[in-house]
Amino acid sequence: MTSLPTVAPALALQGDGGNLGAAPRPRRKPVVKRVITTTLLVAVSAIFLYPFIWLVSASFKPREEIFDNSLIPKTFTLDNYVSVWQDAPVALWLGNTVLVTVLAAVAVTISSAMVAWGFAYYRFPGRNLLFGLVLATMMLPAAVTMIPTFLIWNNIGLTGTLTPLWAQNLFGSAFYIFLLRQFFLSLPRDPFEAAKLDGASHWRLFRSLAVPLSKPAIVVTLLFEIQASWTDLMKSLIYLRDSATFTIPRGLKTLLDQFGFGGERHWEIIVTASVITTIPMIILFFIGQKQFIEGIATTGSKG
Amino acid sequence: MTSTSTTSPAGVGVSPRRRPARRRQPLQRKDTRAALLFISPWIFGFLVFTAWPIIQSLYLSFTDYDVLTDAKFVGIDNYLRLFEDPKVAQSLGNTLIFAVIQVPALMIVALALALLLNQAGKRSAGFFRTVFFLPNMTPPVAIGVLFLLLFNGNQGLVNDALGIFGIEGPAWTTDPGWVKIGLVIMSLITVGGSIVILLAAIRNVPTDLYESARIDGANFWQQTTRITIPMISPNLFFVFIVTSIASLQTFTEAYTAFSNTDTTAGFSNNGALFYVVYLFQQAFSFLNMGYASAMAWILFLIVMAITAIQFAVSRRFVYYEGEQS
Repeated sequence: MTSLPTVAPALALQGDGGNLGAAPRPRRKPVVKRVITTTLLVAVSAIFLYPFIWLVSASFKPREEIFDNSLIPKTFTLDNYVSVWQDAPVALWLGNTVLVTVLAAVAVTISSAMVAWGFAYYRFPGRNLLFGLVLATMMLPAAVTMIPTFLIWNNIGLTGTLTPLWAQNLFGSAFYIFLLRQFFLSLPRDPFEAAKLDGASHWRLFRSLAVPLSKPAIVVTLLFEIQASWTDLMKSLIYLRDSATFTIPRGLKTLLDQFGFGGERHWEIIVTASVITTIPMIILFFIGQKQFIEGIATTGSKG
Repeated sequence: MTSTSTTSPAGVGVSPRRRPARRRQPLQRKDTRAALLFISPWIFGFLVFTAWPIIQSLYLSFTDYDVLTDAKFVGIDNYLRLFEDPKVAQSLGNTLIFAVIQVPALMIVALALALLLNQAGKRSAGFFRTVFFLPNMTPPVAIGVLFLLLFNGNQGLVNDALGIFGIEGPAWTTDPGWVKIGLVIMSLITVGGSIVILLAAIRNVPTDLYESARIDGANFWQQTTRITIPMISPNLFFVFIVTSIASLQTFTEAYTAFSNTDTTAGFSNNGALFYVVYLFQQAFSFLNMGYASAMAWILFLIVMAITAIQFAVSRRFVYYEGEQS
């Protein structure tokens, strides 16, 4: 980084330096700058992508070659996928995870949108205090509520089932309430006043106006929660005992305990299970990359 | 952070009502009822899954409770035992050291890469931003597995790469002294989220600031330290707070890599025994729910204290545009 300043008078400009216009500089310098920038970007990208590409490649290697660290398998085999499928109820785990993830994402999106709308559109006594409380819960370490929450589900007799993994999402989640409220606040008020004069009900204003107008924020909420829910390990460790109920991260952890630590080390199984756990998230990212990136950027600017 | 509700006069929630005063009363009451209906899911969830657990957790922290038999009140015993438990001190130390390394490392890398992306043309910046963000999608469990594989002292890729330069890498995964640094390096592959936030902020800095700086002969380094960093300091602070809170609660990667759920008690590298990992073991492996609750409250106080200090100190360093001083 320190070598950059000398070659780049136009560095801080947003564009490629060509829009300096009135300040004529030797043409060569922007080119040098661009080459350096691109080289650095490519090098960093390689570091970022290497672990995952290596993992995928290793899943196609036979057991002895896993640690040869080459990117292209010397011997290409699908055996690892076959044996993971035979050794573990992977299909069941994937099914459980899809179920939990869909329920969690849909539940949290609907409930958070409703709550956010209540805070964004209406003025009522105690509103700011209550919303402050919503924000405050974001700071609360999960460890504080973890044990009593487990006891609640235990008393209802739902530990061991998938319900505790998603059902709390029916009541909204502070982060998404905050995100959606920000979006609702940016909507113009006029269409709502007009619809109200036409006799639209409160629910209609929300359902038929606010929600359709806020599609980007709703999609971001869905995507974020799909990721959070799919990748969560802690809840599945707390609530699930029986292998048939496991989610895929919990299954991967079990395989690691079984094949990575104990007895014979079958790292090829673990590598392959890791790929199976990760691939859906990569697909999710390619479906919604624009929303993911814009969603994250907004979070940071409105924080 | 402060500007959200005050600077959006066009916002739905804050625009002044234009109704005549006479009709306001009944309408507002109806509005209040509708609003409360909309937020009722959260109120219920808050009471049942936040407020009640907080109270319950505080109560449990003064008891001996193993779920199977009734809770027995023991006063401040749990808290006294905390101070004598060497693993509490160790796990707290591990966590603080980890956070002190991880948070600055993440922020420096995120800022450097965001500045680098800002130098690229629009198209290539978009492409590389996607590439940098992609590893952010890796599930933490898989990151734990990747850590074990890539940082394996004998066969791992990292030490192989170091070997090319003639450096003999440490036994990252088994050496308690190196494991935290290894975990920090591993965690850098998820820096993409912070990069995206900071890049968006950098792009929002008004370009005329740079133009006048250039006329005054400021170089890239001066422009970065005198314009970019002060202008994006609210966003830097946001990333700082979020990563600090997350860092203090690190769990999944270390738990995945070093605990064995089959044998409950085992933890193979005490250098990576973080506070929440130990708390989790106490609660769900040993069923010491009372003791774990006391641990949770200490964590709560530590997180609050650190956050409060960060906010207090930030007043001196964070610049909010439009704020009168």
